Amino acid sequence: MNDIAAPTIEYGQLAPMLLVFGAAVLGVLVEAFAPRYLRRSIHIPLTLAALVGSFALVLVQVFVSGVPTSPAAMGAVAVDGPTLFLWGVIAALAFVSVLLINDEDNFVAQAAAVPGSADEEDAEIAGFSQTEVYPLVLFAVGGMLLFTASNDLLIMFVALEVMSLPLYLLCGLARRRRLLSQEAAVKYFLLGAFSSAFFLFGMAMVYGFAGSVGLSDINAALPNVGGQEPLLVLGTALLGVGLLFKIGAAPFQAWKPDVYQGAPTPITALMASGTLVAAFGALLRVFWVALGNFDWDWRPVMWGVAILTMVAGAILAITQTDIKRMLAYSSIAHAGFLLTGVIATGAAEQNRDALSGILFYLLVYGITTVGAFAIVTMVRDAGGEAGHLSRWAGLGKRSPMLAGVFAFFLLAFAGIPLTSGFFGKYAVFSAAVAGGVLPLVLVGVVSSAIAAFFYVRVIVLMFFSDPAADGPTVVGPSVGTASVVAVAAAATVVLGVFPEPMLDLADKAASALFVR
Amino acid sequence: METAEIIQGAGGAIGASWLMIALPLLGAAILLLGGRRTNGWGHLLGVAMSLGAFVVAVLSFVQMLGLDDSRRRQAVELFDFIPGMVKMGLLIDPLSISFALLITGVGSLIHIYSIGYMSHDPDRRRFFAYLNLFVAAMLLLVLADNYVGLYIGWEGVGLASYLLIGFWQHKPSAATAAKKAFIVNRVGDFGLAIGIFTIWTTFGSVAYGPVFEVAGEADQGVLTAIGLLLLLGACGKSAQLPLQSWLLDAMEGPTPVSALIHAATMVTAGVYLVVRSGAIFEAASTAQFVVTIVGVATLLAGAIIGCAKDDIKKALAGSTMSQIGYMMLAAGLGPVGYAFAIAHLITHGFFKANMFLGAGSVMHAMNDEVDMRKYGGLFSVMKVTAITFGIGYLAIIGFPLLSGYFTKDGIIESAMHVNPVLGWLAVAGAGITGFYMSRVMFMTFFGKRRWAPDAHPHESPAVMTIPLVILSIGSVFLGAYLILGNRLMLFLAPAVGRPADLPGFHPFSAPGLTTLALVAVGAAIAWAKYGRAEVPQVAPRGSFLTTFARRDLYGDALNESLFMRPGQWLTRIAVFFDNRAVDGLVNGLAAGIGGTSGRMRRLQNGFVRSYALSILFGAAMVVGALLYVGTL
Repeated sequence: MNDIAAPTIEYGQLAPMLLVFGAAVLGVLVEAFAPRYLRRSIHIPLTLAALVGSFALVLVQVFVSGVPTSPAAMGAVAVDGPTLFLWGVIAALAFVSVLLINDEDNFVAQAAAVPGSADEEDAEIAGFSQTEVYPLVLFAVGGMLLFTASNDLLIMFVALEVMSLPLYLLCGLARRRRLLSQEAAVKYFLLGAFSSAFFLFGMAMVYGFAGSVGLSDINAALPNVGGQEPLLVLGTALLGVGLLFKIGAAPFQAWKPDVYQGAPTPITALMASGTLVAAFGALLRVFWVALGNFDWDWRPVMWGVAILTMVAGAILAITQTDIKRMLAYSSIAHAGFLLTGVIATGAAEQNRDALSGILFYLLVYGITTVGAFAIVTMVRDAGGEAGHLSRWAGLGKRSPMLAGVFAFFLLAFAGIPLTSGFFGKYAVFSAAVAGGVLPLVLVGVVSSAIAAFFYVRVIVLMFFSDPAADGPTVVGPSVGTASVVAVAAAATVVLGVFPEPMLDLADKAASALFVR
Repeated sequence: METAEIIQGAGGAIGASWLMIALPLLGAAILLLGGRRTNGWGHLLGVAMSLGAFVVAVLSFVQMLGLDDSRRRQAVELFDFIPGMVKMGLLIDPLSISFALLITGVGSLIHIYSIGYMSHDPDRRRFFAYLNLFVAAMLLLVLADNYVGLYIGWEGVGLASYLLIGFWQHKPSAATAAKKAFIVNRVGDFGLAIGIFTIWTTFGSVAYGPVFEVAGEADQGVLTAIGLLLLLGACGKSAQLPLQSWLLDAMEGPTPVSALIHAATMVTAGVYLVVRSGAIFEAASTAQFVVTIVGVATLLAGAIIGCAKDDIKKALAGSTMSQIGYMMLAAGLGPVGYAFAIAHLITHGFFKANMFLGAGSVMHAMNDEVDMRKYGGLFSVMKVTAITFGIGYLAIIGFPLLSGYFTKDGIIESAMHVNPVLGWLAVAGAGITGFYMSRVMFMTFFGKRRWAPDAHPHESPAVMTIPLVILSIGSVFLGAYLILGNRLMLFLAPAVGRPADLPGFHPFSAPGLTTLALVAVGAAIAWAKYGRAEVPQVAPRGSFLTTFARRDLYGDALNESLFMRPGQWLTRIAVFFDNRAVDGLVNGLAAGIGGTSGRMRRLQNGFVRSYALSILFGAAMVVGALLYVGTL
């Protein structure tokens, strides 16, 4: 009789993730059993506490119990230095995003009601709110945590879906411009399903090649390519497509502007920060941990993708007239800059610097992004957020503080010194130069210059144009939103002036790898 | 130059000396970000932060006094600022602590005085925020242990100065003066920046310790270049010829600002730079000689300008220029002069702040009138102000046994020692000082009352007069304390080195006696013209010389014809070229990118089927490319 050994699960290592999932499940129970009027006041502390707890558990592992030295859960999950760093980043970004989400005005009263119908009006008058948002966010965050930590393609696929499915739903919950929001949700869902299929197919190919879905096993199988090369190549390409879709690299970027624009802005903030971080974590796992020794084959293609992404992001952003779409294209360009770092990790000697550069970049970009979207939620007119750029004209005269902070975030995106964005770009690009991908860095710098144009254009618009007579009003922010903006601005300054401790931490994280 | 080793890892108050910068910076941040909510208590917070910095400075100073000479240069490491290039840290040594005490001490007094002076101003909180910002930046300037830190502070004080000169921005003259100060300083700052770049490329470091250790070994030409570039920076910030023109206009700012920034502290930053970079200047004798020339030229120019100004603050500003000229001269003399430069800087900080605040008190009483021709006979109505101002006056003209007597005499004696021509010119300057300062004194406090009909002068409140009293005590005793027994020279020796043989104090030398005689003559002429005789309400046309001085020695005219007009022509040509050629290219490029953007945008048609198709094509491309690469 075959003994089926019970799998060993290192609960301690997985605790940050399990806590989030556990809270999500609790959230579902709250939805089911708590009376409607109580739900919000239960959800908010529960969600925030779960994220704080998760962050604290990460800190405990980093500073008290020490970074683990071998994979957990029978080799399926790798809780190593980069994972813990990214977990911390994701938990922090999710926390600030939840503070934004907490502003109830962003979400629909009853998602199932047809836009413009009497049902919808009734729901609004009854003061309903779609409190499922909170457990959905927690599930998505749990998926992100697992996504970066997967040491196994199958787990990674599960994580991808756990992360994505709640996000598809959340995208459709905007309170205003319901049709746009629902359209975004459907688009995101269809395209996401499409790209998941690529990922799954690629996984099958790689399994055919290596006989395993474990990343370390794939890495170990690489030297004996003998005759199976086409399977590996096809698998690599298709896995790549699935992951590049998630980070929004060209030519798989088309969903990003539409979805970012349609989704409720707090959710956009979560996607633009947390999802990007998680997707880069997963991309690094596949292309560096599993396929690092195969880089002679994938690097040239990745070069093309990175160049296309940087250029397309920067150029397309120029003609955007909607602030959220502009930020979406800017996010595409930044994904390109980060890809430059991913490519540099391939060069064996430099990989650690490039890796730590990416980790730092993800942190600073994520936090600045959440801050920028938080400000977007505050500029409103009768129809909700005033998305069109022309509505932002002269904002600097009406709300100098708000416009000043936004300008500061834009400068951070552009990578001006004394903002965190500068050190992010510096870390990634200098590692890339050392890694011998100078041409790519040159493209990056030129794209940054083009990108600086449209960032500065917004600043000029805010400060040097006359305000429109019926311009949008800046709402007095709720405590949550105000603290998000303050935290993001403070982080952008502090990491721009004292980047050293955090760079050190990223460096330590990058060296505490046990796979490869 | 023999200086003590820099010791790493300071503890105690010195280890916490970063608080000196952090506290006022925090104050500025709270007041600027807090906005109107902090209006009620903003000024108190500003004062508290400044006093806090002063306490830290005093504690550090006391701790330093407890150490041996050889252990008095302590480095405080802060953080790695630009990895591989700049480690940000502080250098607490006798030189920097002297400045820190002056800045925080006089700064705190001026903060307190401003509570009263700005009490009617609706923007008082913003004023204190800027003052705090200034104190933080100035302390960074003098405490940093490297040129990059100094430069950040340098720009910071420039910014604070700009904001404060233009504080009453509703007055066009204030706005223009702020801009002028900023632009003129840009020239100097640019020189300083290039100087620091050159230091980095020459020595491979920007920290004082490593740079000064090998300063003598560099190529003479390069050293001279560095010295002159640093001097250019010093000239901008310290209003020395040829970058002096902004200081007189800067008097548009509120009077406490003129006292703190444009008399006591910021304008002395150039002197600090030259003394701190002593190792470089001593290795580049040409540059060092140019420093003395600039100093002497400025001390004469400032004194001449001071003679013809009817605006009390501008007369004082001319005198500031002149006194900093003395310091610059001393700083250019090498180790024999450093201590006198710093001693004069400290005493000047006291008596000039004293007089500026006194002038502020007078203006406060006279409905913000600044024309001395409308003053006269104020002694009887504001006794505290008049007496304290008088003490400052006696100190600056070098009345025996007061502060200025000791420090200025020290500079003249050392200049004589190095180069008699410089020395005698400095003596002449002292004589002119005797005249123009007496003129200010007599026109303001003595003679007939020439007040405007609606003026009802009264003594200022205690919050304003107490700082005056404290400053005037310093004006009396500080000079003797610092100079007698070479106290300051021995104290500074670990930081800036000391001359081979210590100078003695010679009260009855020929230059000393000549100086006293000339000062007496100057004061007598002033009494005859402005004390005893009637002062006309409208300035007479005056001789060619008077006009020359009134127009700031044609400094502005020179700037206008030499730089502004050709500059405007150059700008026009550049604009023409820019419009036709560069814009053509750039617009072409931009249009090209914009056009591409517009065309690419069409791919973003909103149809999810098109997006899916593009993903499919992309996937096919990636697969194809990978297969292709695999076959290579």
